[in-house]
Amino acid sequence: MSDTHTPSPVPPGDRERVTVEPAPSSADSGPEPRRAAAEENQWREVFQRIVTGGWAISLGAVVLAILAGSVLIAFTDEAVQRAAGYFFSRPGDTFSAIGSAVGSAYAALFRGAVWDFTADDFGGAIRPLTATLTRATPLIAAGLGVALTFRTGLFNIGGRGQMLVAAAAAGWVGFTWSMPWPLHMLVALAAGMLAGALWAGIAGALKAFTGAHEVISTIMLNYVAFYLLSYLLATPGLLQAPGSSNPKTRPTLASAQMPKLFEGYNVHLGLVLVLLAVAFTWWLLERSKMGFEYRAVGINPHAARVAGIDVRRVTVSVMLVAGALLGLAGATQVQGTVVTGFSSDIDAGIGFDAITVALLGRSRPLGVLGAALLFGAFKAGGSVMQASEGVPIEIVVVVQSLIVLFIAAPPIVRAVFRIPEPGRRRAARAERKAVAA
Amino acid sequence: MKKTMRAAALATAAALALAACGAAPDEEPDDTTTPGDEPSQEETIDYKACIVSDAGGFDDKSFNQLSYEGAKRAAEELGAEFAEVQSDSESDFQPNLESLVAAGCDTIVSVGFALSAATVESALANPDLQYILVDDAADNDFDGTKDAENIKPLLYDTAEAAFLAGYLAAGYSQTGKVGTFGGMNFPTVSIFMDGFYQGVQHYNEVKGANVSVIGWDGTDGQFTGGFEANDAAKNVAAGIIDQGVDVLLPVGGPIYQSAMDAIADSGREIALIGVDADFYVTDPSTQDIILTSILKQMDVSVYDAIMAAGQGNFDPEAYVGTLENGGVGIAPLHNFEGKVDAELWAEVEALRDAIIAGEVEVTSYLSQ
Repeated sequence: MSDTHTPSPVPPGDRERVTVEPAPSSADSGPEPRRAAAEENQWREVFQRIVTGGWAISLGAVVLAILAGSVLIAFTDEAVQRAAGYFFSRPGDTFSAIGSAVGSAYAALFRGAVWDFTADDFGGAIRPLTATLTRATPLIAAGLGVALTFRTGLFNIGGRGQMLVAAAAAGWVGFTWSMPWPLHMLVALAAGMLAGALWAGIAGALKAFTGAHEVISTIMLNYVAFYLLSYLLATPGLLQAPGSSNPKTRPTLASAQMPKLFEGYNVHLGLVLVLLAVAFTWWLLERSKMGFEYRAVGINPHAARVAGIDVRRVTVSVMLVAGALLGLAGATQVQGTVVTGFSSDIDAGIGFDAITVALLGRSRPLGVLGAALLFGAFKAGGSVMQASEGVPIEIVVVVQSLIVLFIAAPPIVRAVFRIPEPGRRRAARAERKAVAA
Repeated sequence: MKKTMRAAALATAAALALAACGAAPDEEPDDTTTPGDEPSQEETIDYKACIVSDAGGFDDKSFNQLSYEGAKRAAEELGAEFAEVQSDSESDFQPNLESLVAAGCDTIVSVGFALSAATVESALANPDLQYILVDDAADNDFDGTKDAENIKPLLYDTAEAAFLAGYLAAGYSQTGKVGTFGGMNFPTVSIFMDGFYQGVQHYNEVKGANVSVIGWDGTDGQFTGGFEANDAAKNVAAGIIDQGVDVLLPVGGPIYQSAMDAIADSGREIALIGVDADFYVTDPSTQDIILTSILKQMDVSVYDAIMAAGQGNFDPEAYVGTLENGGVGIAPLHNFEGKVDAELWAEVEALRDAIIAGEVEVTSYLSQ
């Protein structure tokens, strides 16, 4: 998904210059502007359908992906392989081996993600659920950031870079400044969100004022952020812990940490903050004037401009808000999850997972919340599945990737081969008849 | 890893199709075994050895893999249970250690400095368990002592072995230029480059020669920015080769593969120096160009530490691999025996004794 340029929308800024004008050197009778515009509309529609399709597709994609995961678990299990060696003389063995391999793997996933039925007391049994919530915390915030840009027709691949600069800023404030607790935590959080917003804002401004495609600029900014952070981490006096030569920071000061919500569990105040962010994003998209403009630009930037919406301003402002949300994700990482000092992979792939989360959540705040909880559960359960059943963690990655594939593939395949949406043709014919009549 | 999985799945499918006609075994096969167990072991003890990787994963052709091999071998010989967990990023470290504690491990091996803080935290919370930390002193408050009593740090003064390789490379070089580059500027990477540099300087001093090192100047050098065999690594290697080196030391997991590509592209005869394991043995495709390898015996020391722990003799004292105790070393010349002056090799061996005896001083972050 991340490497395809096709389902991305037109740049809302200077579209005539960038996309519609036919290339004069084009060999065969250069495409008519109208045809190009129609094609462009088609791709925007594909994009919209991928990122905001129906709930059933999400659910189906998850079920299919988990089924495919079962096949992989069965294939890689040694007991299954052994039993399959004499499949034709005693087939029952193979099936019972498959059943026990898949069953125990998903049981371990459940035990690691929701409810530990082997624990002695309630406190132990509930622990996996808190692990899931901890894992989901940055995913929720990051997913919201990406979903917001999806709804505006932008494709923000820069989650990683935005999280890294946010972590660096929040971390730096968190272990060099000294302030009393709630203030210090809030200032560090604000620094992180501001850094994330500015980092995404660069891509937004490039898009709005030069037409530079946000996919390219956000990917490039990921590298810039990564190497910038690597440099800061390897340079004494900047982010590197004094006395150490490893590229790792000092621990976050207690006054800048997000406190644990319950004694003895890892889930921290960041969860509350991201839940507030869910509410805020919902309000922003569904109830505010700004959100209306975002959605209008997402559906059709030309129409939005004709209607008097300043597409450039919307592009920059949505990237700023999205960057702040990804900044929130980065800040919760260094202020809540990894407070013992961090290094350059503090983003933990969340910036990219957020794209999947936003897709699965159909780019709606509550959908993102649900998808992030599911992915948090995969991450928390994957670790236990690996430790107790020896199932490779890659199974979880494969399941996640298949979810993206199942969601994104049908509209893309249809668009490439110009297969109409089922039920579409009849509607189109009816429309034509109506026009003729 | 994903590629490996795909290959494994394909191979399994083929094997299934071919082998499905086999005869059923007489006994009921044990359905409850999982890949982590060793069902074929006759003697078993009530002991579980576990290992958690850093973000490199257990197939990194470097310290994760070597530590894994050592731990796995020890567990097999002990007839002990074994569990492994791979980390994808630093936010996995703490949950993964928790999963291993919950899985009933007795000894947990953490690989890499990145896991240091999480390991200390887990060790303090579980004083009954034993921890082995590879490549880090477990000293996160920098007071000179480790932060938890039940951690055994395994450290390697590879500068000593790299010193020998530097001396050998300087003596072998026809062009008077040798090169090195690393994955990222970590102490565990730069220690190789710096030892190599010191060895070349020592050669210049002793012989009055003027061999120069490209890619490391004693304090900073060239890095690819990661531990993947990719175009970035190949470009760095090609840049160094273009400056006329005829010996190259790439430090960091699989980046030597990119160096080999760059060497092949250059069309010149350039010798490669391996790190961690003897590449001549672990990667036969290097056999024609591998001069020697700087050995960092993580498999041996992890194996020893787990064997001791499994037999109830866990010793939390820090281990520092040196030339003297064989924890670091230099591999045989193999195919290069005819190309390297016998006298030069004798000098290298004499130099090893001199370093062990303390007559020649090699500095590194571990000796400070």
